[in-house]
Amino acid sequence: MKILSINDLNNLRKRAQQALALREESSDTTSEQCCGLASGADHLQLLCCGGTGCKASNSHKIVDNLKAAIEENGIADKVEVITTGCFGFCEKGPIVKVIPDNTFYTQVKPEDAAEIVKEHIIGGRRVERLLYVDPKTNKTVSDSKHMDFYRKQMRIALRNCGLIDPENIEEYIARDGYQGIANALLNQTPEEVIEIIKASGLRGRGGAGFPTGMKWGFARGYEADEKYVVCNADEGDPGAFMDRSIMEGDPNSVIEAMTVCGYCINSHKGLIYIRAEYPLAVNRLKIAIQQAREYGLLGKKILGTDFDFDIEIRYGAGAFVCGEETALIHSMEGKRGEPTLKPPFPAEAGYNMKPTNVNNVETLANVPIILTKGADWFASIGTEKSKGTKVFALAGKINNVGLIEVPMGTTLREIIYDIGGGVKNGKEFKAVQTGGPSGGCLTQKHLDTPIDYEHLAASGSMMGSGGMIVMDEDDCMVSVAKFYLEFTCDESCGKCTPCRIGNKRMLEILTRITEGKGTMEDLDRLKELGEIIKDTALCGLGQTSPNPVLSTINNFWDEYVEHVKQHTCRAKQCKALVTYSIEASKCKGCGACARKCPANAIMGDIRKPHIINPFECIRCGMCKSNCRFDAISVY
Amino acid sequence: MEEKNMITLTIDKHEVTVPAGTMLLDAAKTVGISIPTLCHIDLEGTCVQNMPASCRICVVEIEGRRNLAPACATRVTPGMVVHTNSARVIRARKTVAELMLSDHPNDCLTCPKCSDCELQRLVMRFNIRQMPYNGGEQSERKQELTPAISRNMEKCVYCRRCESVCNNVQSVGVLSAIRRGFNTTIAPTFDKMFTDTNCTYCGQCVAVCPTGALTEHDYTNQLMDDLTNPDKVVIAQPAPAVRFALGEEFGMPAGTIVTGKMATALRDLGFDYAFDTDFAADLTIMEEGTEILQRLNKFLAGDKDVKLPIMTSCCPAWVNFYEHEFPDLLDYPSTAKSPAQMFGAVAKTYWAEKMGIPREKLVVVSIMPCLAKKYEAGRDEFKVNGNPDVDYSISTRELGRLIKRANIDFANLPESDFDSPLGESTGAGAIFGITGGVMEAALRTVYEVHTGKTLPHLEFNDVRGFEGIKEATIDLNGFELKVCVAHTLSNARKVMNALRAGKLNYHVVEVMACPGGCIGGAGQPYHHGNIEILKARAAAVYREDEGKALRKSHQNPDIQKLYKEFLGEPCGEKSHHLLHTHYFDKSIH
Repeated sequence: MKILSINDLNNLRKRAQQALALREESSDTTSEQCCGLASGADHLQLLCCGGTGCKASNSHKIVDNLKAAIEENGIADKVEVITTGCFGFCEKGPIVKVIPDNTFYTQVKPEDAAEIVKEHIIGGRRVERLLYVDPKTNKTVSDSKHMDFYRKQMRIALRNCGLIDPENIEEYIARDGYQGIANALLNQTPEEVIEIIKASGLRGRGGAGFPTGMKWGFARGYEADEKYVVCNADEGDPGAFMDRSIMEGDPNSVIEAMTVCGYCINSHKGLIYIRAEYPLAVNRLKIAIQQAREYGLLGKKILGTDFDFDIEIRYGAGAFVCGEETALIHSMEGKRGEPTLKPPFPAEAGYNMKPTNVNNVETLANVPIILTKGADWFASIGTEKSKGTKVFALAGKINNVGLIEVPMGTTLREIIYDIGGGVKNGKEFKAVQTGGPSGGCLTQKHLDTPIDYEHLAASGSMMGSGGMIVMDEDDCMVSVAKFYLEFTCDESCGKCTPCRIGNKRMLEILTRITEGKGTMEDLDRLKELGEIIKDTALCGLGQTSPNPVLSTINNFWDEYVEHVKQHTCRAKQCKALVTYSIEASKCKGCGACARKCPANAIMGDIRKPHIINPFECIRCGMCKSNCRFDAISVY
Repeated sequence: MEEKNMITLTIDKHEVTVPAGTMLLDAAKTVGISIPTLCHIDLEGTCVQNMPASCRICVVEIEGRRNLAPACATRVTPGMVVHTNSARVIRARKTVAELMLSDHPNDCLTCPKCSDCELQRLVMRFNIRQMPYNGGEQSERKQELTPAISRNMEKCVYCRRCESVCNNVQSVGVLSAIRRGFNTTIAPTFDKMFTDTNCTYCGQCVAVCPTGALTEHDYTNQLMDDLTNPDKVVIAQPAPAVRFALGEEFGMPAGTIVTGKMATALRDLGFDYAFDTDFAADLTIMEEGTEILQRLNKFLAGDKDVKLPIMTSCCPAWVNFYEHEFPDLLDYPSTAKSPAQMFGAVAKTYWAEKMGIPREKLVVVSIMPCLAKKYEAGRDEFKVNGNPDVDYSISTRELGRLIKRANIDFANLPESDFDSPLGESTGAGAIFGITGGVMEAALRTVYEVHTGKTLPHLEFNDVRGFEGIKEATIDLNGFELKVCVAHTLSNARKVMNALRAGKLNYHVVEVMACPGGCIGGAGQPYHHGNIEILKARAAAVYREDEGKALRKSHQNPDIQKLYKEFLGEPCGEKSHHLLHTHYFDKSIH
């Protein structure tokens, strides 16, 4: 059906809201009681995560099995199964959530489906073994609102992820979707909308933090026969997947925001540049675009006005540098994905040399809700210069790996210890890497730093697109720096000298250091070269690529010096610097290590202490992990 | 309107006022500050331009800006305060150059570009005495020796001038960046060899390469062997454009005409005869001019099938270009061979017979401003029983090197004339070496032959100058002859596309592949992006023409004699056999 007026939209919203009412209501309440058909519930919904992570763990089979069990029990009229976007708590996925009692089942397997239906849905008894166990209290928690992981989160960009069916536009409309564009088209001038975005304080979530309203204003300022709205969905930071989750879980928010942007800058064509290895996100976007067209929310005469706007999907091959807006534009033009010097900015000469506005997915996902809830509401969240929330992909040595969204200004400590549940296996926290390959490593002393653009930059890191990788005592900071530099070297387009050759030389120096062949002069050279690359590289990739090295040198100088002077790696990560040996007093001569050793480096008679031939040993650690007597030491 | 605004800024304590839109590099030049560059090239007035701002050699410090800015591509803004030689800038530039050196072979002493290398100049300028990043891995890149171009991409500094020229100036599109990061290289698609692509061997990539990555295929050693071989008779034919540039190899100002010194030097080098391609240029006009008139007469007689416009065929890169890309239009270009090949054909028949020299003992060497000529000389259709009409071709630069090697003090040489009979030429032959020159020479003859009148003004100013596509209309006894002159292959492509689309309304078209024509050829002394050099050569071309007693090809007495004694008439049977060729479909798609 085509929506031809605001009335049509509001009528549709009312109808859709009824369908969503159960979920809306239950998200506002906390219920300790378990609801089942036996305990009198007459309508239940099962939300199952359909994000890429959970799908990889067979969540689609869970959905199939749930539906089959419901069918089998003849309760299909009372129980619905809905595939949603990502819930964020990926550590515990796949997730199945029961509405209305908010029971949050974790690590569900397809074979658990029948039990959930039988016990919970019909019997009204929670399946205890699938509930989340709070590691602090060792007690099960059934409602996600009571979990530390969710308690400090504030989900704005992710507001619909894990709640609505991303393949059903009506569920988005029920959540006030397309109200922002409707109001803008009918009641506001483009300038007024830009003012709202400016007043909200929204800044680019792709990394650089440029004020979004100002960017739109620039693009509006250039006259041309064609203008373009580009959504940068070329998420490339290692470990970051917030953009993918938004597109998978709430694609319509991106479409609505792009349409609003089109209205503001007088463009009629939107392009989503998405990496081809995001097939699920691509598919959901395609469905959403198709539905939006069918509903008259994309295409000619949107909502019965004279405004036309449509969106096309363009695929990237996954080059990291194509997240840089000029490189992205060149890639879309069919050219080599290489940045060009700015100015001219895309606002002046972008896609096909026409004025173009490029925003990242997460940035766009904030736009519709700013328009419905107001700039003041958004600006009340966050810190003085960084408004709203930020999504982080929490990963590494942390208990609660997943996607989180917190207000700007939340401290690292809150994220790592409260939301993240602390470092894995009770190990000592060492560092947290933010901002991906462009960011830096922050340490213990930064734990109480409020996270926003300014504070992260001042601490020697950056916001980036929101990767956050926690490291513990077992991580070697030289190796960490080397890892990120390897990534940058792989992903450098090769255009400018400092990035093409400079990073390569830095990597060679780092490699020498991790092999115990570094000198103190090498450390000086690393610092000097890093500073010069930052100062001279052409694009954002090169200008930030030395950050992981420089920040670890600053914060972990002693560790670098140990590698150089003592030829030791305290984290035992640098293979060239560690020796594996068997403590004769502990070795029972079971031979397990020798059998597992891929290099045949372990010798010894059965029931007698074994020895490792250091010349054959490849330091893989297989022996250590297979020894039941803790007889293998590394030094 | 904005372009007219003037902007005032400070560069190294100089107050500078320049038009809005000016780059810092150019603004600095106005106060005598020469910021070093490498990737940047701008042959103003032609389409040769490369400003990717990627080498980062020209970085400068701008107050209030976080990082350094490339002066070549950063526009001035009001009140900008720029430092071009602060410690931070100097250190950064030096480090960038050191990084380049770390991925560059260390064989400067034996490099063909030694002392003419822009990277080497930077190293000297930055006083680099050590290579702190040496010992690291070097990127793997291909080497290739084609008949015309030598590729040693290990020496590539990734300035991408060649890529810009190949794509934007020539529209040939052979070269582009492939792979990425440290492994990036500039190469044909899939890292193919030049010989497997539609490379025209125009050599403009060589002309702009700042290092020894792209150079000419050097034939000087082979030539030395032949010159010292008592069994060989070696004769030289220098192209029209060589004499206006050769002096630069010896420190003479651009535009010095060294015709007489060159003739002396050729004999001093051991050439048995110093002839002149200009002679063959006059011969070309006789043949091509006749062909023009034949087609025009047919056209005027109402023949609808006559192929017009007729296109010049002197430029070997242009010939390669249309054989590769426009095989459907091979009937349009004149069938006349290039002057160099006409010379070879005449020398190895008419002159060899006259002198009683067996073909296999005779070595014809062309000295060309061009690299494609090296390829052209090797074409099978220009061989008789495997023996080529032109044995090989050396460039202006190679001649310069030979002269230096032979201990000849070129600047102080006495002048001499070319040998007879293949050394006499007119002003029309002299102007063959510049865009519009072949057209002008042809018009001088075509006009007079067609109208039977004497030209009132020999200069056809409409076809002169560096504009990419020029047109002129000439009144031939009431018939309006429309001509077009294009230089660089991108302009040629525009013309050919229009022809293919049936929208080309000319009778004669001249094409030269190199910017400015042969004076800007890839075998000429390197211009290093200085347009003044091309302008000076151009002025010299027209000076030479004006200084000639005879300025129309049909007036050349030795040409008249050649027809009388040997060829019979222009486009006659003998001419057809010796002086005309045919073209092949060489499309690779």
